[in-house]
Amino acid sequence: MRTTTTRGRQRSFGRLLIALLAVFALIAAACSSDDDGDDAAPATTAAADSGGDAGDDMADDGDMADDDMADGDMADDDMSDDSGDMDDDMADDMAAAACNHGQNVGGTLIIGSTQVPRHLNGTVQSGYATAVPGTQLNASPLLYDAEYNPMPYLAESWEVADDGLAVTLHLVEDAVFHDGMPITSADVAFSIQTVQAHHPFKTMYAPVTTVDTPDEHTAVINLSQPHPAILLAMSPGLLPIIPKHVFDDGQEMPTHPRNSEDFVGSGPFRLTEYEPGTIIRMERFDDFFIEGTPCLDEIVMEITPESTAIVLGLENGTTHLSSTLGPSANVLRLMDNPDVEVSAKGHEAIGQINWLEMNVNDPALSDKRVRQAIAYAIDRDFLSEVIDQGITFPVPTGIAAASPFHNPNVNHYDKDIDRAKALLAEAGYGPGELQLSIDYIPPAFVVQAEYVQQQLEEAGIEVELSVSPDFPTWAQRVAAGEYQMTINQVWNWGDPVIGVHRTYLCDNRVGVIWTNNTGYCNPDVDALLNAAGQEFDIDKRAELYAEFQEIVAEDMPIFFLNTPSFWQAYNPAVMNPPTNNIWGQMSPMHEVWLDE
Amino acid sequence: MLRSIAARIAQALGLILAVMCLNFLLIHITPGDPATVIVGESGAGDPELLEEIRAQYGLDRPVIVQLASYVGRVATGDLGDSYFFNQSVTSLILQRLWPTVLLVGTALAFAVAAGTMVGVATARRPESPLSHGATVLALVGFSMPVFWTGIMLVILFASAWKLLPVQGWHDVNYGEGLLANVLDVGEHLVLPALTLGLIYLAQYSRLSRASMLEVLESDYVRTARAKGLNERRVVYKHALRNAVIPVVTVVGLQFGALLSGALLVETVFNWPGLGRLAFDSILRRDTSVLLGVLMVSSVMVIVANLLTDLLYTIIDPRIRLRERSNV
Repeated sequence: MRTTTTRGRQRSFGRLLIALLAVFALIAAACSSDDDGDDAAPATTAAADSGGDAGDDMADDGDMADDDMADGDMADDDMSDDSGDMDDDMADDMAAAACNHGQNVGGTLIIGSTQVPRHLNGTVQSGYATAVPGTQLNASPLLYDAEYNPMPYLAESWEVADDGLAVTLHLVEDAVFHDGMPITSADVAFSIQTVQAHHPFKTMYAPVTTVDTPDEHTAVINLSQPHPAILLAMSPGLLPIIPKHVFDDGQEMPTHPRNSEDFVGSGPFRLTEYEPGTIIRMERFDDFFIEGTPCLDEIVMEITPESTAIVLGLENGTTHLSSTLGPSANVLRLMDNPDVEVSAKGHEAIGQINWLEMNVNDPALSDKRVRQAIAYAIDRDFLSEVIDQGITFPVPTGIAAASPFHNPNVNHYDKDIDRAKALLAEAGYGPGELQLSIDYIPPAFVVQAEYVQQQLEEAGIEVELSVSPDFPTWAQRVAAGEYQMTINQVWNWGDPVIGVHRTYLCDNRVGVIWTNNTGYCNPDVDALLNAAGQEFDIDKRAELYAEFQEIVAEDMPIFFLNTPSFWQAYNPAVMNPPTNNIWGQMSPMHEVWLDE
Repeated sequence: MLRSIAARIAQALGLILAVMCLNFLLIHITPGDPATVIVGESGAGDPELLEEIRAQYGLDRPVIVQLASYVGRVATGDLGDSYFFNQSVTSLILQRLWPTVLLVGTALAFAVAAGTMVGVATARRPESPLSHGATVLALVGFSMPVFWTGIMLVILFASAWKLLPVQGWHDVNYGEGLLANVLDVGEHLVLPALTLGLIYLAQYSRLSRASMLEVLESDYVRTARAKGLNERRVVYKHALRNAVIPVVTVVGLQFGALLSGALLVETVFNWPGLGRLAFDSILRRDTSVLLGVLMVSSVMVIVANLLTDLLYTIIDPRIRLRERSNV
């Protein structure tokens, strides 16, 4: 009898266990299906309300957000109409009328990216990861076309004072933030002051003394010295205009909660969902100040650590656009796919350059002849054409080839092993007598480092690979000067003042990665850079930079290898892809549309 | 029984504290810090910015002070804020917990159920072609690294045949209604769960086969057969209950390894779970998030082992009776 009772209890417990498992599975499924709601998965849902109660609706009812966003007509139904009962046809008509291209508008653009933004506020955070979503969420005073020409955006016009000591911006008058508040010159001044105080690119606004706001739509930026880089520093990724009424509340800007929650922006799209490191969902802002745009209903950024997954998504058509394609094999594979377009255009301003930098404080590398010998031993053409399979382009200087300040007429150090050996002999090193180590950014640059190792050994230099397990370890070594040579990648960031000067200025040896990490110092170079940084005349400026590039090529603290284009792959249905401006995806995609 | 559980929970708390301190110290030994990564993400920086970031997160204090502060915070239920995302670690973990539980739970259920069934089937006819075939397949399954299996399945099912999604745990454009969402998640779950489950299926099938072979030779099974019980009842009612105990033991012991496997699977399939969060946090030196994930993982392993012990008593009442007599 007792045994029977025990068995009965066991059976009951077993059934209970099964029932609990079933309930658990249902709960798990329910939670997973509703992950932008406000219950189990606390995805940040920013629903700033421009015209009615839609923001409240979205915050209160995750299902509504799901359903309507899937249809792509939430913006039309609820954002522009308090009653929230506009029918689908009316919404579609409205969307069609909204896009100034006259094509079928709407749809969701899915961007695949390996880049994880810390948050979405570009005034306190630089980098590609923040800039791509940030430029959809926030507008800037100026845009740039494919030829480095500034174009009106929030500033419909601008003037530079004759003495170069002031820039006046005239703002469009009907621009509003996503919460419906007007965008004024006070917001521009606040944004500039925030960038000045907190953005890592200190040189962008260092000469700014004050920003006057004589009226709501005029901002006068006063400078302590002529500063031509300021116009480019007003690009979308570098000066997002943020709302003073939201951020000027006494909280620290770098850690302000509104940097990613309840985000209120000034750009063509507004944030509807943000799960850190996973997904960023942005929908069309109907009151955007450029009439008839944006064309898309929605942009969704899917963040994945694996570029291979992005490539497969592009091949399957589940991802529309990406610029983080991973190794050359991925790019070549996509180039062979007739269902995917691949372009090297766009992103020219980034000007990323791969280089071999040498620690000039090292006893052996302090001798210019040794550094030049190293340069003569390496074949940068082979590196681009064979090792990188043609997806990088050789570059002989530290200013990217697309820049108006690039000088191709410097010593290219074409491969010459005999000359390399002769220079080493002059410096007192016979074959095998010089031992060096080479670091690299892990894991991406191991192939380049191995190639350089092999080439230098041909010239009689013994080279050991110094392997760092990850980026922070490598960065710490290089920043502290605990290296001899390293493969590095540094971005120009549009204007040399922003991304080039930092590598060479004598007083920028500050022990931080991507400053003057070689220890190189040449007063003539400093003088040229300082003069070029204040020269508004573009031809005179180009001459100064040309001379600077010649001196650096002669001194050889860095051997420039190649520029890896920012390849973009996109579905042929993507019209007006971001290949038509120097900032690529770091520019608003208000004119992008899907031909589906 | 309750006293035994209470004692295990007390042990577990001590263990969690030890794991927490060890993790903290190990992580702080590694070179590089969050400030370097944040500056790296920015593409530029200066010493003031580095110091500002370090001061912001208390990284400029001695390690032992940071440890004491961390333990004190955790004791009050505060896991701190992510250095990278500047959001609370608890909210980040909660976002990623369900996907991991779903993945690991499904993979485990699949591996245990399928592995046991295969083991039983092959033990009943140990010399049959089915048994030999299953043995070979189990060895192949056991030999394949999880990440390789994952990539191969992606190539076959997602790239070549386009039958299943490549990545993520749901479509960007959600389906309408609960059922559509469940199906969507289920579709995304197939490949990751299969990848994670295959290696354990191989192990459990071998284990349950060996165990079943032994049990089927025991006296009580012979007696049951002699009494005329049909074979199915002998195998599934009498023998399986005892044969499955080693599998349950191994499941408890291997739960930690299963979570480690989830890290790789989540990375390959872009499954937004705790494993991927841990992996990304290592690269970002996001110490607070990493510590939080490790602590949650420790708790999950400890709970899994506690549940394993409870399951013993359900499967085999003699264990409970023995415990009671010891008390």
